[in-house]
Amino acid sequence: MERSATQDVLITLVVSALLIWIMPMLITTYTLTVLIIYGMLGLSLGLIWGFGGILCFGQAAFFGLGAYTYAIAAINIGESTVPMILAVLVPAVFAALLGAMMFYGRLTDVYLGVITLVVTLILFKFVNSTAGPQYVIGNARIGGFNGIPGFQTLNVPGDPNAYIWGVPYYYVCAVALVIVFLLVTWLLRSSFGRIAVGIRENETRMGLMGYDVAARKTVLFAIGAAIAGLAGALFANWGEIVTPNLFSLGQSAEIIIWCIVGGLGTRLGPIVGAAGLAYLKFMLGQQSMIDNTLIIGLILVLFVLFLPRGLVPAISGLFEATFGRARRRPAARRMRRARHG
Amino acid sequence: MDLSFVILVEMLYAVASLVLISAGLAIVFGMMKVINLAHGEFMMMGGYATITAVGLGVNVFVAMLVIAPLVVGLIGLIVERLVIRHLYGRLVDTMLATWGLSLVFIGLATMIFGNTTTGISTPIPGFAVGGYQINGYNFFIIVVSIVLVIAMYAILRGTRAGLIARGTMQRSDMAAALGYSPDRIYMATFFCGSALSGLAGAVLAPLVGLVPTSGGAYIAEAFITVIAGGPSLIAGLVSSATAFGLVNQIFTFAISPVIGEVALLVAAVVLLRAMPQGITGRFFKDKM
Amino acid sequence: MSLNRRELLGGAATLTAAGLLPTVTLAADTIQLGSILDTSGIFDAYGKPMDQAMRLAVKEINDAGGLLGKQVEVAAYDTQSDMALYSQYAQQLTRQDQVDVVHGGILSASREAIRQTMRKTKTLYFYNVQYEGGVCDRNIFVTGVTPAQQVEVLVPYAMGKSGPKVHILAADYNYGQITARWIQKFVEDNGGEVVATDFFPLDVSDFGSTITKIQQTAPDLVFAPLVGGAHLSFFRQWAAAGMKDKIPLASTTMGVGNEHKVLTPEEGNGIMVAYNYSQELETPSNVAFKEKWEAEYGDTTAIHELAVSTYQGIMLWAEGVRKAGSVDRDAVIDALETGISIEGPAGKVTIDPQTHHATLDVHIMEFEGQGMTVVETLPQRAPIDTQAVCDLQANPDDNTQYEIEI
Repeated sequence: MERSATQDVLITLVVSALLIWIMPMLITTYTLTVLIIYGMLGLSLGLIWGFGGILCFGQAAFFGLGAYTYAIAAINIGESTVPMILAVLVPAVFAALLGAMMFYGRLTDVYLGVITLVVTLILFKFVNSTAGPQYVIGNARIGGFNGIPGFQTLNVPGDPNAYIWGVPYYYVCAVALVIVFLLVTWLLRSSFGRIAVGIRENETRMGLMGYDVAARKTVLFAIGAAIAGLAGALFANWGEIVTPNLFSLGQSAEIIIWCIVGGLGTRLGPIVGAAGLAYLKFMLGQQSMIDNTLIIGLILVLFVLFLPRGLVPAISGLFEATFGRARRRPAARRMRRARHG
Repeated sequence: MDLSFVILVEMLYAVASLVLISAGLAIVFGMMKVINLAHGEFMMMGGYATITAVGLGVNVFVAMLVIAPLVVGLIGLIVERLVIRHLYGRLVDTMLATWGLSLVFIGLATMIFGNTTTGISTPIPGFAVGGYQINGYNFFIIVVSIVLVIAMYAILRGTRAGLIARGTMQRSDMAAALGYSPDRIYMATFFCGSALSGLAGAVLAPLVGLVPTSGGAYIAEAFITVIAGGPSLIAGLVSSATAFGLVNQIFTFAISPVIGEVALLVAAVVLLRAMPQGITGRFFKDKM
Repeated sequence: MSLNRRELLGGAATLTAAGLLPTVTLAADTIQLGSILDTSGIFDAYGKPMDQAMRLAVKEINDAGGLLGKQVEVAAYDTQSDMALYSQYAQQLTRQDQVDVVHGGILSASREAIRQTMRKTKTLYFYNVQYEGGVCDRNIFVTGVTPAQQVEVLVPYAMGKSGPKVHILAADYNYGQITARWIQKFVEDNGGEVVATDFFPLDVSDFGSTITKIQQTAPDLVFAPLVGGAHLSFFRQWAAAGMKDKIPLASTTMGVGNEHKVLTPEEGNGIMVAYNYSQELETPSNVAFKEKWEAEYGDTTAIHELAVSTYQGIMLWAEGVRKAGSVDRDAVIDALETGISIEGPAGKVTIDPQTHHATLDVHIMEFEGQGMTVVETLPQRAPIDTQAVCDLQANPDDNTQYEIEI
């Protein structure tokens, strides 16, 4: 965060433009699209956990909620613009209510973890048991375990027949991620973001300084949920089906693993972790030597033990140690990572 | 009359099984402030240890009550030495590391046993209460849970090891200053906790079909029960298991098993919102 | 180089490892068969034997000289029981590998995740699994049994052995809901009465309260289309409560993934089921099939209904290709729509042109000593449930999964 804002934006734009141009030559755009979507999902947790100190065990709940909101709204409306907006708003409102309940109740640490985990489980169990014909929202059957297939996918706003899919959809997702990334950057540079980091570091002190800690945490939580919801809607468009698995604990676990592996307390880390691990999983599916769960588990254990700060901070640290000028800033000004939950 | 007796047994059984599946996690969390998210997988391994032992011709009760706890306890010991001990005092990191371990165990079990459902049949026959048949094995689980709670209480209260353990729980630095190595106490505690998880998995194995991912079904319930119980080890465990078990069964009988599970989860949210430090954070303070 | 290889592939049956050769170099000289199955993760008990059956079928075709003088090559992907990976690998198979046919999918959700991709890219698709019925799409062929095929024969048999009052316990998803409705219909058609119907999500494993509830409704027969490892607990707890000898059980799903081999004989004996295949079938084609399987994999215990469906699906496709003289999608569909049939391990299987489903033999069976003993064989049952809603001859552009109203 030492660079000026303009510099930061410029670098982001140039690097992402290059990546958007180069990556399709290495990986098929279809796979790339989902890596981008997972990157956005990783970023959503990276924001609230890495910068707000809120360890949410149920980020998948907002992801799934966004995807389901989109699917249900798209079936009822038959056009994609309003459903996209709803898919961002519904998880945000849901998170704001849930967050208000938790943060005004002064829940922290594991208790926060338990509540978010439980809420995810409730959503999962509810959606999973809606196979019967009585569970209908408008024209949309919720469909239980089998999920909802066959909804209107993304179209040019105003023209329901002009579908955006394939390579153009890749560009849409990539640009969406860049925009979200810039918004997050801006948020973290604003006083709101700095106060959020302050709350992460010492909640009591920030409270005594007169900031409404609960309100700020609630807002940050809702913003994270909105980003996850957007990722969910994009995912629904990509897969053309939504299933209750989106809400599962396994999905929540993966998001947390992405953040740890990529590097918490950075903006880039969760994105890199998400895309990298999801691609690894995709590659592993083409072999059958070793069980894939085993590999993912080993990676997590090894990272927690040996590289607890994650990939991105480690690499950039290495980079600076090798090529960079000696830092003049005192170490105390560097951000400490929030690993105390 | 017969029906109400059957329902009473089912309720007791629900409470007992919650106590059983949470005990291992509760000990490790209560004593060491480590949340072992591989707890469910320890239970799963207890189940597999039992089934393997029975397959080798061992008596089923010996396999459940002796072999499975020992095997899983030893696995726990290895895990503690290799991973957990590097992470003491870092609550979130231990959660993540044990989460990773749970995936590793699922992967290993899949490679060894395959994903096919296995199991053993219940060693105790059912019997009739008036016009109703009732699962005799339920009583076994209720008895095991009661014995377990009493044993935990007796050990913590009545033995020297229990005294040291309680001391370490309250002030580990003071215990260390008095010459008791926290490292060794933690090691022993983790062994006991893992062994209890293995015992729970073994005892429940005859009731369910076992697959490598079976542990996932238990961890959430155990986690919720332990956290909602709060700081006191035994009082917290018993009180929250009772509360959740009753809520679950009342809604299960009144509506359906799904609603029962959802009711349990909703109860957990309400309970934690009302008592952020768990049940024993407010009631039964300073009990064990 | 390429000429040498073509000669080699065309002539020599010795080169059985054709499936391992790289995909791209041989694209023009071989027929590409895409396979997409969960061979790891929670559904691999279904997927692994299906994968083995697929490879066995392809090997057999290749050993016999291939199709149209070309070898069949497999491009297989493991979806790890993750629905998102289905979408990805379907794209990979259709756009990059550009395979000639795709066999695969296990859960209905996985089929729906890839069906539209197959249709859009005009890639012929075979879904070789027992499922809830109602898919109506000219691009897909379904070779598994559907609920009506099983329930129509199983309900009268089971009611005849017990009585008219039936309690249904079904898995709470699409398949279970639809099957429960068919059971209700056939129970009523046969003069019976459904006293209660309960649905259970796939992760429910504690059935204590349910067993008490069943005793309150006091049925003559319990019909239990329950699915998966968690639901297996029901059969175990049912036996543990001593209910097994009091109320008989029937199921349309128990045993599909060889679950009956997990239950002890005391827990399983007497449960009534109806399937297309049983390992205990003593037909010459099944004996031959089991010998081939044993020669390839050493052990036949893994063979189950879905594996045999997969094997039969590939054989039906191969027959279609032979008849069409081409692997072109439309030519093969036309050939298959002539009502092609093969003699598979489970008996004669015929493609029903109207629905693209299969007309096949259904065997009523009872569990006995961890096996399925065939009680009665009902030859050539048509997929009447899907036929009621789907007519691809009259309406070839249909692309719906109908929910069959009864």
